[in-house]
Amino acid sequence: MRRVYLDHSATTPVRPEVVQLVNKYLTETFGNPSSVHAFGREARKGVETAREQIAALIKAKPEEIFFTSGGTEADNMAIVGTAMANQTKGKHIITTQIEHHAVLDTCKSLIKQGFEVTFLPVNPDATIDLELLKSSIRDDTILITMMHVNNEVGTILPIKEVGQIAKEKGIIFHVDAVQSFGKLPIDVNEMNIDLLSASGHKIYALKGTGCLYIRKGTKIAPLFFGGSQERKRRPGTENVPGIVAFGLAAHLAGQEMEAEAERLTKLRDKLIDGILEKIPNVQLNGHRTNRLPGHVNVSIRYIEGESLLLMLDMKGIAASSGSACTSGSLDPSHVLLAMGIPHEIAHGSLRMTLGKGTTEEDVDYVLEVLPEIVEKLRSMSPLYNSMKLENNEECSKCTQKR
Amino acid sequence: MYTEKVMDHFMNPRNVGEIENPSGVGEVGNAKCGDIMRIYLEVEDNIIKDIKFKTFGCGAAIATSSMATEMVKGKTIEEALQLTNKAVAEALGGLPPAKMHCSNLAADALHKAIEDYKNKQKQKEQEQNK
Ligand SMILES: Cc1ncc(COP(=O)(O)O)c(C=O)c1O
Ligand code: FES
Repeated sequence: MRRVYLDHSATTPVRPEVVQLVNKYLTETFGNPSSVHAFGREARKGVETAREQIAALIKAKPEEIFFTSGGTEADNMAIVGTAMANQTKGKHIITTQIEHHAVLDTCKSLIKQGFEVTFLPVNPDATIDLELLKSSIRDDTILITMMHVNNEVGTILPIKEVGQIAKEKGIIFHVDAVQSFGKLPIDVNEMNIDLLSASGHKIYALKGTGCLYIRKGTKIAPLFFGGSQERKRRPGTENVPGIVAFGLAAHLAGQEMEAEAERLTKLRDKLIDGILEKIPNVQLNGHRTNRLPGHVNVSIRYIEGESLLLMLDMKGIAASSGSACTSGSLDPSHVLLAMGIPHEIAHGSLRMTLGKGTTEEDVDYVLEVLPEIVEKLRSMSPLYNSMKLENNEECSKCTQKR
Repeated sequence: MYTEKVMDHFMNPRNVGEIENPSGVGEVGNAKCGDIMRIYLEVEDNIIKDIKFKTFGCGAAIATSSMATEMVKGKTIEEALQLTNKAVAEALGGLPPAKMHCSNLAADALHKAIEDYKNKQKQKEQEQNK
C-alpha cells in the first residue's frame, strides 16, 4: 500500500545528510566539548559550527544562539526567564489565544505567580488585530510573546509589524518560530525580535533539540543551574549529535528555502483546491494565501476528525485533527475555537502538512481517497441527512419565494 | 490503541442506516463533546427484528454502535434492556480509558429507543381502549 506522510508540522524524518553527520558525532567525534583534549576540541568545533549555521539563517550573531532540548524548553526559557529578570519593571505579558501550549501553559503558570497575561483574541482566519494589540499594551507590559506561524492552521502572523510596535514601546518581543524556522525568511533585526524559539525535529533534524535566540543585551534569567555550558544560560553537557544535526539541517533548509517554498505552495494549493472542489460542505481553516507553504487545514462538516484519521490511516495516509475525540479532553482545539469555529465544525477538522518527501502523486492519491472516505463517514452520520433535508427545504422555500 | 475487534467494527460497521416508520427511535449525545448516536428499532412480537444506527463520533463511538446493534438483533425487548455499556466494551475486547465516555452512548441510545417503543405501544393501547 502507498504510504503518504502528511504530518510534517508534528515532526519530520531525519534527512540522510544529517543521519550521516550524527553517526560521525555518535561514534568518532564523541568527546565532551568542555574537555581540553582533541576529542573535546573536535566536538566543540561541531557545536560552534552549528551555532554559526543557525545564526546565519535568522541573521543573528552566533553568540546569540543558545541550544536547548527543543522548542518547548526555548519557549519556557524565553517567557519565564524574561518574567523573572524583569519583574521589577512590570508584571504584564501579552500573548495570543492561539499559541502552542508550550507558550500558553507557561504564561498560565506565571499567572499563579502574580503576573497578569492578556491573551489576544484572533480574527476568523487566525490573524491578529494590531490596533487591539496596541491598546492592550500597558506601562507595566514587559513581554509580548507570539508565534510566527500557527501550527494548527498555518496562518502567518504579522511578526514584523508587532516587532515594530514592541520596539517603539521598549517591550521585549519573543517569537515562537518553531513552525516557520527554516521555511520562511526570518531576520531578527529587521523584524525587531529579541527572543526566538526554534526546534530541530520540524526541519529534518532530531527530536529533543532546539534553540533560543537571545538578542545581545536582553535581560533573561536561566531556568537551569549547573555548569558553565551555553555561557551559564543553559548548563548541562551539550547534546552534541543533536546540535550538529540541527545546525546542518538549518543550513540546508536555508539553501533550499526558496525553491522548496515554491514547490510546496503549489502542492498545497492543488490539495486545497481539489478538496474544496471535490467535497461539498468543506471549509478551509486559516488564511487562504498568507499561510505556511505546505500547510492545509480544512473542516469537513458532519463528520468527526478521529474517525477520519483512522480511515485515512487504513489507506496509508497520515494526518492530524483538532477534534475533541483526538485530544483526550472534551474540547476541540483551542485554536479553532478561538477563531470562532463552532464545536461541531472544529470536530471535523483535518490537518495535512506537506514536506520534503511529498510528491504530486501523493496529493493526487489523497484527492482520490479522501472523497470516498468522507462519503462513507457521512453516510453513517446522523447529522448529514437531516442537514441535507434542511437545505432542500430552504432551497424549495427560496424558489417558491422567487 | 484500538483492538482488532474495534477496528473491524469501525471499518465494516454492521447495521448502519435508518429504518422507515421505526417502532422506536433513541438519540443520545454528549453536547459538549458533540458526539451523537441515533438508533432505530423495528420490533415484532416483542422481538427486535431489525435495528439500525447512525453515529457522529470517533472510531470507538462507531464501533460500539455497531457492536451494540449486533448484540441485540433478534433478542427480546427484555433481553435488550439487559445490555450494558460495559458488556459492549468487553465484547469489543476493551476500549482505551480516554474512550470510555463515548462507549456509554451505545447502550444508552438503545435503551432510549426501547423506551420510545414502549411509549408508542402504550399510546396505541390507549387509543384502542377508547
Ligand atoms: C508552535 C510550536 N511551538 C512549540 C512547539 C514545541 O516544540 P518541541 O516539540 O521541540 O518541544 C511546537 C511543536 O509542535 C510548535 O508547533
Ligand atoms: S466520540 Fe468523541 S471521543 Fe469518542
